[in-house]
Amino acid sequence: MKTYYAPEDLSKFPTVGEGAPELWKKFSEWYGAVFAEGALSEREKALIALAVAHTVQCPYCIDAYTQTCLEKGSNEEQMTEAIHVAAAIRGGASLVHGVQMKNVVKKISL
Amino acid sequence: MQLPNSLDIFKYADKSADYNFASELKDSMIDQTYLNRFDNSLSDSGLHPLTATGITIFQANVGKLCNQACKHCHVEAGPGRKEVMQKDVMEACLNILEKTDIPTIDITGGAPEMNPNFKWFVKELRNKNRHIIVRSNLTILMEPEYKNLPEFFAENKVEVVASLPYYLEQTTDRQRGSGVFNKSIETLKRLNNLGYGREGSGLVLNLVYNPAGAFLPPSQKAVETDYKRELLRRYGIAFNNLYTITNMPIGRFLNYLDASENYNAYMERLISSYNPNTASQIMCRYTLSVSWDGYLYDCDFNQMLGMRVNHGAPSNIREFDMAKLCNRRIVTGIHCYGCTAGAGSSCGGAVV
Repeated sequence: MKTYYAPEDLSKFPTVGEGAPELWKKFSEWYGAVFAEGALSEREKALIALAVAHTVQCPYCIDAYTQTCLEKGSNEEQMTEAIHVAAAIRGGASLVHGVQMKNVVKKISL
Repeated sequence: MQLPNSLDIFKYADKSADYNFASELKDSMIDQTYLNRFDNSLSDSGLHPLTATGITIFQANVGKLCNQACKHCHVEAGPGRKEVMQKDVMEACLNILEKTDIPTIDITGGAPEMNPNFKWFVKELRNKNRHIIVRSNLTILMEPEYKNLPEFFAENKVEVVASLPYYLEQTTDRQRGSGVFNKSIETLKRLNNLGYGREGSGLVLNLVYNPAGAFLPPSQKAVETDYKRELLRRYGIAFNNLYTITNMPIGRFLNYLDASENYNAYMERLISSYNPNTASQIMCRYTLSVSWDGYLYDCDFNQMLGMRVNHGAPSNIREFDMAKLCNRRIVTGIHCYGCTAGAGSSCGGAVV
């Protein structure tokens, strides 16, 4: 194994089901249902997935959902904005914990 | 398929007159392994052998000459190409239409407008009361020599199918060349002013989307909604329908797939997206394609691969036999997955 991540491994994802086929079946069905057209469009769901993929920093997901977003009709501008949303929440989540820091400072300061 | 590694797609963009990479690939493209692969998919769908159901569209590729050299072009058309349909082949086409009831003629290229006999051909077709489709790249209509063609199209009730791969300048120009988007927008405005794409005018203007890369087109309905909203909001432009067309692994797009190391992944994408519902309605079943030099093909893609009509049907326009051609067996290859992936693809857009 030369690297932890290899692009061709993405297509091997179903092999994860070999040890627990019933669980894999349930996951696959649920996953498919999650991304089906519903109250949100398939395009919107793909953009959410792309943003989340950047938050969890999964290279497989980034690869797959970049392609999916393009095939659902999103363009690079929209996809970049979606990533900024993820980054803003991620950055904001760090920053908002500054309130805790301030609380601690307040508690232990004269 | 093992392709040469040192291809540079850009160096071929301007050399298309003397270099045809697709023709080099012809032998490997029709390799039995690949033929069998698509035929196996057809067999699994109960469609093998694939046969024509008639001819309702006669598609004439009147030449490879074009004012553009787009990166995805399966024809590898460009300003240096010399292959142009002569008047005698056009006359043979007209004779066939005279003897048959094929309702629609679809004129393509290259830029078909650059054929010196283009206007004569359209007028003759109009006299025969056929529905005429012209596939235009739009920018040619900004050139001084061709600037009066929008009015000519309107007079002859020509349906215009125009290439506009995206409603954003950067994406369009990346694929079709610098400045193409703005010229295309100006031409679309002129066509709109003549009534094209406007309700009740009877003048039909359809646009063509194709992916700006190695991925499948989105839902035709969804992206048409985007185009209608954005072109109206940004430029006040209206049109009738949007056709989504899949990039075929032929010609310059094949060069790109190879140079960018996307060939295998793209082919796998096409093959794994095979949709039997599209195969039963694939355009070659009701279309016949004629090349600039009068040979017959099941589609424009087979034409560029040099895969003529076969299986006992005549392959030259001078031997045209409507009965044989209407029931002919289609010549297939690995590239056929391009028309059967996902929602399918045809000269009229998505299939299902």
